[in-house]
Amino acid sequence: MSAVVRLADVEVGTELPEQRYRITRADLVRYAGASGDFNPIHWNERVATEVGLPGVIAHGMFTMALAGRAVTGWTGDPAALVEFQVRFGRPVVVPDDDAGAELTVRGTVAALLDEGRVRVDLAVGSAGEKVLSLARAVVRLA
Amino acid sequence: MALDRALVGRSYPPSAVYEVGRAKIAEFATAVGDPSPLYRDAEAARAAGHPDVIAPPTFAIVVSLEAAMVVLDDPDVAIDYGRVVHGEQRFAHHRPIRAGDRLIATTTIDAARTVAGNDLLTARVDLATEDGEAVCTATSMLVARA
Repeated sequence: MSAVVRLADVEVGTELPEQRYRITRADLVRYAGASGDFNPIHWNERVATEVGLPGVIAHGMFTMALAGRAVTGWTGDPAALVEFQVRFGRPVVVPDDDAGAELTVRGTVAALLDEGRVRVDLAVGSAGEKVLSLARAVVRLA
Repeated sequence: MALDRALVGRSYPPSAVYEVGRAKIAEFATAVGDPSPLYRDAEAARAAGHPDVIAPPTFAIVVSLEAAMVVLDDPDVAIDYGRVVHGEQRFAHHRPIRAGDRLIATTTIDAARTVAGNDLLTARVDLATEDGEAVCTATSMLVARA
């Protein structure tokens, strides 16, 4: 699979297609199993509220993985993502209903680096709040 | 209790081998909702130039976060595990992780400081194959809130 986006197609300011991801409690249980992170604040309301959270929250790493999908879906080639970093600013609270929470991921090309590398800055929010800060990816485009 | 800055630079013995399996990669890709065939279909991965299916970019956490726990088990690291949350995460991929990789994790404390009573500890996990090929550097900042 070759990259959908080529270096010649991008410039500083190029925007990635906005992505919206729905997160339900079932998604958190599945992610817990796949990742091995069984911290009960990600599936148990009682434990989450006992430690002062508003409710069950998504794994930060699950949120980061969804933000990564917005980037790899854009490049068309997951191997193009060479650096990826986030700061976990605010938890994503996931209510116990069928709708769950919605995550919105927007990305903008912020810099053209050397060797075909491009820095993408991400804005990741849920319920009108920014949940990740300093969210950046570096992709290598052909 | 404040974190001792002398911890910075401390490195721990290499982990046991983690063998990356196709089924585990597919399970992780499904859990993060990513339908890419490169995570599931070895033929598609080979057509894209990879020897076998590759793992999604954040899959490294499956190996690295457990490896980083060696820091919290260190009696010199005065951190209450029950107060620890994940503050920041960074991955530098030297190449994609792929099925069949036999990975060894080496953990190093990159930073340790106490800010306003919160202990901030940065653990760098270098993932390499048994043969010494660098694959990924996964850096986790852990926060123990006051």
